[in-house]
Amino acid sequence: MILDSKIPEGPLADKWENHRFSSKLVNPANKRKFKIIVVGSGLAGGSAAATLGELGYNVDCFCYQDTPRRAHSIAAQGGINGAKNYQNDGDSIHRLFYDTIKGGDFRSREANVHRLAQNSVNIIDQCVAQGVPFAREYGGLLANRSFGGAQVSRTFYARGQTGQQLLLGAYSALSRQIATGQVKMHVRQEMLDLIVVDGHAKGIITRNLATGEMKVWTADAVLLCTGGYGNVYYLSTNAIGCNVTANFRAYRRGAGFANPCFTQIHPTCIPVAGDHQSKLTLMSESLRNDGRVWVPKNAEDAGKAPSEIPEDARDYYLERKYPSFGNLAPRDISSRSAKEACDEGRGVGPGGRGVYLDFEDSINRLGENVISERYGNLFEMYERITGENAYQRPMRIYPAIHYTMGGLWVDYNLMSTIPGCFVLGEANFSDHGANRLGASALMQGLSDGYFVLPYTIGNYLTTISPGGIDPEGAAALETLESVKERVGQMVSAKGKRSSRSYHKELGNIMWEYAGMARNEKGLNKAIGEIQDLRDDFNKNLLVTGHGEELNMELERSGRVRDFLDFGELLCRDALTRNESCGGHFREEYQTADGEATRNDEDFSHAAVWEYKGDGETPARHEEDLEFENVKLAVRSYK
Amino acid sequence: MKLFLKVWKQEGPEDEGHFESHVLDGVSEDSSFLEMLDQLNEQLLEEGKEPIAFDHDCREGICGTCSLNINGYAHGPENSTTTCQLHMRKFEDGDSITVEPFRAKAFPVVKDLVVNRSAFDKIIQAGGFITVRTGSAPDGNALPVPKEDADLAMDAAQCIGCGACVASCKNASAMLFTSAKAGHLNMLPQGQAEKDSRVLNMVAAMDEAGFGNCRNYGECSAACPKDISLDYIAKLNRDYAKAKIKKVFS
Amino acid sequence: MTQSSLLKKYLMALTGIVLVGFVLVHMAGNLQVLIGQEAINAYAYALQNLPAPILWGSRLFLLVCVLVHAVTAYQLIKENRMARPRANEIEVTKRAGWASLRMGLTGSLMLAFIVFHLLHFTIRAIFPEYNDMKTTVGSPDGSEIHDVYSMILAGFQVDAISIFYVICMFLLCRHLAHGVSSMFQTLGLRSERWRGKLDLAASAYGWIIFAGFSIIPVLVIAQKYGLVNCLETCGSSCSVNL
Repeated sequence: MILDSKIPEGPLADKWENHRFSSKLVNPANKRKFKIIVVGSGLAGGSAAATLGELGYNVDCFCYQDTPRRAHSIAAQGGINGAKNYQNDGDSIHRLFYDTIKGGDFRSREANVHRLAQNSVNIIDQCVAQGVPFAREYGGLLANRSFGGAQVSRTFYARGQTGQQLLLGAYSALSRQIATGQVKMHVRQEMLDLIVVDGHAKGIITRNLATGEMKVWTADAVLLCTGGYGNVYYLSTNAIGCNVTANFRAYRRGAGFANPCFTQIHPTCIPVAGDHQSKLTLMSESLRNDGRVWVPKNAEDAGKAPSEIPEDARDYYLERKYPSFGNLAPRDISSRSAKEACDEGRGVGPGGRGVYLDFEDSINRLGENVISERYGNLFEMYERITGENAYQRPMRIYPAIHYTMGGLWVDYNLMSTIPGCFVLGEANFSDHGANRLGASALMQGLSDGYFVLPYTIGNYLTTISPGGIDPEGAAALETLESVKERVGQMVSAKGKRSSRSYHKELGNIMWEYAGMARNEKGLNKAIGEIQDLRDDFNKNLLVTGHGEELNMELERSGRVRDFLDFGELLCRDALTRNESCGGHFREEYQTADGEATRNDEDFSHAAVWEYKGDGETPARHEEDLEFENVKLAVRSYK
Repeated sequence: MKLFLKVWKQEGPEDEGHFESHVLDGVSEDSSFLEMLDQLNEQLLEEGKEPIAFDHDCREGICGTCSLNINGYAHGPENSTTTCQLHMRKFEDGDSITVEPFRAKAFPVVKDLVVNRSAFDKIIQAGGFITVRTGSAPDGNALPVPKEDADLAMDAAQCIGCGACVASCKNASAMLFTSAKAGHLNMLPQGQAEKDSRVLNMVAAMDEAGFGNCRNYGECSAACPKDISLDYIAKLNRDYAKAKIKKVFS
Repeated sequence: MTQSSLLKKYLMALTGIVLVGFVLVHMAGNLQVLIGQEAINAYAYALQNLPAPILWGSRLFLLVCVLVHAVTAYQLIKENRMARPRANEIEVTKRAGWASLRMGLTGSLMLAFIVFHLLHFTIRAIFPEYNDMKTTVGSPDGSEIHDVYSMILAGFQVDAISIFYVICMFLLCRHLAHGVSSMFQTLGLRSERWRGKLDLAASAYGWIIFAGFSIIPVLVIAQKYGLVNCLETCGSSCSVNL
């Protein structure tokens, strides 16, 4: 597997400009001859499909939801970074670049991240022009807030629904192209395979989720904008439908999968209440600005009501361990500390998996109405879900899987190792390294879709002739048949266990051994258990109904099947990355007082996995990361 | 909790459909309504029966995928709540619950409780956008937007497109959705250039899709999980009248 | 007619305004019965002797408004039924009240009432003997004119007719309670800030109309049974005496 990152020549700040100039242009008259498939309609897919449509390409856009406007980008709450420096507080493109590289624990590509920071500025302009109702100051200009511990206020937001508003903006642009006929939208369609001919991506196979029809779609290029794989943990903040299938199918067809072990845990989620739980709900991190995190000092007190635990029997562990950052310690650090406390038996709530986030001091200091003004909607949501009033008793929180930094490997043009197959947004690995900065996910999706891919795709399209392959040809039909066979096997599975029960079990394994803290023994154990579980799945799965109808059991079974394979890959990646960095924490690699120890000597690279066949161990390749503009530093939050 | 459920079952768009009764025991009051249905589906699977199809995705009240008419209420009896955020502690042990799909001609049933809401997309495609090519935007701060206007636009823009307004309306009118979408853009200076054509086209698409007429009951707003105000319907009425008059006299 | 749904709504609101105004004027006119035979007779005589274009013009205009209001309502209701071919198993509401949900019913009954009312008092086809009620009271020049006062008394002393009128006025009251407020909404002249007040005003308007119209049949009946004695009984100048 050749990993040519195609990073342009020149000084960092000029690379993108140079690249745009040297990129090949597709003749306007030729654009309409090219057909492009976009899978996914979130921020990355929606913005790419709309922009490519505007440019005159023929676009087919697919999503599994019933409308493109429901993609999970919609759930992002906090905001979107933009290096506008409207606040005059010293922000700049270079500072955003640096913060992102450092936040990613020096495991991302300098050139990509710098381009992201450059584009952040245009994204804000574009979204404002589309009518995204960003928060405003009284003078009518855009408001900003500081987010995720950043030292500057560069986050633009639309109440707690920034993702929703940005997605609706992209969706409106997409809708305009659908109305002109330039983009054809295919909803309730799930991509089940990638058609690769002579090493080039030439189309996809989809299953119509409403009718069960499986179909070949051919094109000159395929864009995978299919999001992250957090649901491999079963419980995550992802939507129920989020899955790895499209990416994993591309991986099986030859696309390298980079850094699957880089997963982000969000510290402030509502804890699991019981076995019925199907997903975890995130609550804005801003709560940590006014809440104090604690657990009882003694495990015996864990079952008591919080009011019965006196002040001196409480352990405000973040304030104790990280006096300067306290309750605002970074996501991974505060998440791990919560896990440690719970592992010691000091966790609170059902199953002992929760810590208190206490607002009593803030309420006493500021008054209940100030707290309600700041967090009223979050308190309301908390009460709706837990039935508890957080004004009267402390909230219970626990970390949950939130975002996945790993993804399909792409070069500077966002092209995977399969020529013609591009990967955008959370689905690729490129910009966030080992940990993502708050309010950067939305930025990356839109940067890729609006401002990167529409330029870089020309570099590929000018090397091929338009027209694609014959949808009735051997390659397409062969792929279609293999998908039909796979689906057919699942439909005829008349075992005893539902796909959900497998998914839950897989999630438990993943969370236990490849969650917030990992170690060699656990990961090896996980790999074994996942393999056993997969064997059982193949023998004992139960699917009711048939394939030619809306069949949610069948849908889930296919996704779980790929998660079972992918979970193993994730563990394998975690096992081989012998260091702790960002969201990946290996217990063997930490300082005496529990800080992550990064190993720049041996692991300053992206690990890229190549599929070698079922039952075969995938091959591990490395793309070395070169840092010419930043100095690798150790994060310290003491 | 033990529940007596009466759930709509419909094989496909052409099928007549009917209710089926189920008894579900051991429901946690901490589970959401959809998690309760998950549990029912697992039970049905165990009994070798086909599970009930229903729409859902984010399960945190923002994607607008979940629907369901619960005891006659779109998204259930709670106010400002989507079905996925409705928790079983709002019900009593031994309750009978009737679950049926959103009912409207413009929202044909796909299967069981799953309906097709693509008519909403058609309305947006008719004019629910500001025509701006990628890359052609001026600086974000080039055009100040009074905070009040931005807030009002945001109030409307919060619509999650779930269709509860249509389902709760005795006439299956889509005025609240259409007015929120048009209102969001019409409220902002960026949206002024296309304001007239936007309202004319969006209303035409709404009528075309077979939604009923607004009779100002206010049920839509009462059922709306995002509390979209009836003011946006009044605003659409106003904007449409102006646009129509301008068109006649232009 | 494939007219925009909003245009149809505007038609409902605009014709509604005319009819809302009309009932108020009509009620004010009627209340002159309380002043006495002379007042109401004179008022009626003046109205009927307006220049023909004005008289017939306004009658035609009102008729057209009623017809447009009714026909459009019929179309809207037909479309609305089509838009929701299957009702919920359980039909409930959170906010909508009886009045707003039953506009079709109250409206249809109003239409039937209007036909009856015209036949009863305007065309006088149901009781042709009303045409023979003549008097000089209220006449501007002493010549014999139609004795509207006596006709009203005669009309309302039949218990069933009075009860029917009062019931219809109640339905009109409910129709107005939703209709008046709705009219503002449809024309885009309502906002959440004063919606409550507007609803209250609309309801109050409905009740005023109800009271103003109902008081006459109620008093006629009450006086008939000797419960009150406030209507002028005019001996020989009246064709009817209670």
